[in-house]
Amino acid sequence: MATGIQGPPVPGPSVVRVPLILNERKLNWITDRISGVVEDRTPFWWWVAFCITSPIALFGLFCIGYQISTGVGVWGENIPVGWAWDITNFVFWIGIGHAGTLISAILYLTRQRWRTSINRSAEAMTLFAVICAGIFPGIHVGRFWMAWFLAPVPNQYGIWPNFRSPLLWDVFAVSTYFTVSVLFWYTGLVPDLATLRDRATSRVKKFFYGLFALGWRGSNRHWRHYEMAYLLLAGLSTPLVLSVHSVVSFDFATSLVPGWHTTIFPPYFVAGAIFGGFAMVLTIMLPMRFIYKLHDVITPQHVDKMCKIILLTGSIVGYSYAMEFFIAWYSGNAFEQAAFLHRAFGPYKVYYWTMISCNVLSPQIFWFRYCRHNIFIVYFVCMCVNAGMWFERFVIIVTSLAQDFLPSAWHVYHPTWVEIWTFIGTFGIFLSLFLIFMRYLPMIAMSEVKLVSPYADPHYHAPDAQAGAEPHQP
Amino acid sequence: MAEPRKVYGLGAEFPTAAALFHAAEKARDKGFKRWDVHSPFPIHGMDQAMGLGKSWLSSVVLMGGLSGLLTAVVLEFYPSSIDYKLVVDAKPVTWATVPAFFPIFFELTILSSAFAAVGALLLFNMLPKWYHPLFNWERFARATDDGFFLVIEARDPKFSETSTRQFLEEIGGTHVTLVHD
Repeated sequence: MATGIQGPPVPGPSVVRVPLILNERKLNWITDRISGVVEDRTPFWWWVAFCITSPIALFGLFCIGYQISTGVGVWGENIPVGWAWDITNFVFWIGIGHAGTLISAILYLTRQRWRTSINRSAEAMTLFAVICAGIFPGIHVGRFWMAWFLAPVPNQYGIWPNFRSPLLWDVFAVSTYFTVSVLFWYTGLVPDLATLRDRATSRVKKFFYGLFALGWRGSNRHWRHYEMAYLLLAGLSTPLVLSVHSVVSFDFATSLVPGWHTTIFPPYFVAGAIFGGFAMVLTIMLPMRFIYKLHDVITPQHVDKMCKIILLTGSIVGYSYAMEFFIAWYSGNAFEQAAFLHRAFGPYKVYYWTMISCNVLSPQIFWFRYCRHNIFIVYFVCMCVNAGMWFERFVIIVTSLAQDFLPSAWHVYHPTWVEIWTFIGTFGIFLSLFLIFMRYLPMIAMSEVKLVSPYADPHYHAPDAQAGAEPHQP
Repeated sequence: MAEPRKVYGLGAEFPTAAALFHAAEKARDKGFKRWDVHSPFPIHGMDQAMGLGKSWLSSVVLMGGLSGLLTAVVLEFYPSSIDYKLVVDAKPVTWATVPAFFPIFFELTILSSAFAAVGALLLFNMLPKWYHPLFNWERFARATDDGFFLVIEARDPKFSETSTRQFLEEIGGTHVTLVHD
């Protein structure tokens, strides 16, 4: 060609991507801003928040102690409603965890670079949510000291647990999920702990951050293995997160209870988990972003994308609700039909329609760009989804059990104060842990955020020579 | 100080990731063997620039996964088929019910692979290592903030305090410093 070699075509303004970090922040701005959250004096609001959440957590623990020491009769559940708030709360919390793993693993594999601003706190949220979830299966067995029956060891008669039972699958799934999440989270933390170690001013801080930073020094020979390990952990966590809520749904789906015995449960539960989890991520992240002025790192683009995921998964959940009804009608199974009519028009109808309006209707306003960019609307919808997902689990569990095959056993379940406060207590535990996390650990993955800034590109040449760094004092 | 400390190597600082990238290419072409670059984040393409191949950490993870799977097979089949045959809901212990064992196979495979990944990461990188000569270099603290460093070790056969220093300055390094052990 006569024109010779030409450079790549310059993209027009409509094609250029919105940067993930606004205002062209330099690398050390990122370090200062995010480490500053940990290094500055504990703010007053933090103490206020912690003084609210920690007594709630302690009262929740008291309720657990009361239930264990007195007996499971302090709860309102009774045959046929053998599972009620306990398992509702378990599924609720474990579902919340899924958003963190989705962000850290699935969005990593699909190269969604915007994940870097939110993955750290979402992963922390996963861990704390799984801790809250793990409480309930332990205490709902009634005799807590027999919880070791869940472990794969023979009991005093030499009988092993039934490995073909979904309840045992659940033990393995949840404990694996927690362990792998901890490993993944810690691996991601190591470079950032090294940053905090290098910035530490007191000996105590230097010792502890140094201890957990493992002597990390940003060597490329280390990064090479680190990136491979991170990729593999993401690759392992992706099927894991899909399996965990599938296994949770098997607890229900493999039984013969009408309303539970359906093949749609695994995908329906996984979509619901991600849906509820993203709402919780936004619930926690939006106040943090406001308090610590992190608007350049967690940009409107991030919120917008999370809202789109909520819209997508919320629509899948809505489709699943509709499909359950359709199959109940189409199967011609009288018990199945009765169970679903009972859900929508029986004594629990308030729960059911709350669930529908929170989970199916409220996210639909995210079709509008204005609603995805208005923080107050986003926050309101997230609160609806948080509530709606709890109601969903309650509706699935309790309505199916309360009216079972034997009409003489039918009764309407009501929780006692112990159940209610155990649940509220888990919120105290969750929020207290999160507050402690944000005081001591960087809540945004600094090394990963730096990676998506233009300065990380080895072929980037800034107009000014001092591109990556601000001028330093010698 | 009683005796002079051993020299660990020569370090140089570079202003940007791009500058470090090109410096690494030059150090590779010069034929240095015992050297490294340090950056606050992994730099894309740096492995090629340094002449490093693929990380074979994945092989350890595969082994970890297989051992996890094997553990699960033994853990489930020995009690259920040999030690104490458990018939629940009239489900016999036959090949037809083998799929019911799969979820735990899967979970233990993942669990063991994840431990292998983290264990291999520590092993391959020789971490934890709480002391390293580079921590003696004051400017090096910025390697976890916004500093980009290239360090050539004294163990390298081509190392010489004068010519290596000159080389580092030629390729654009600033604050070239002799780092002691």
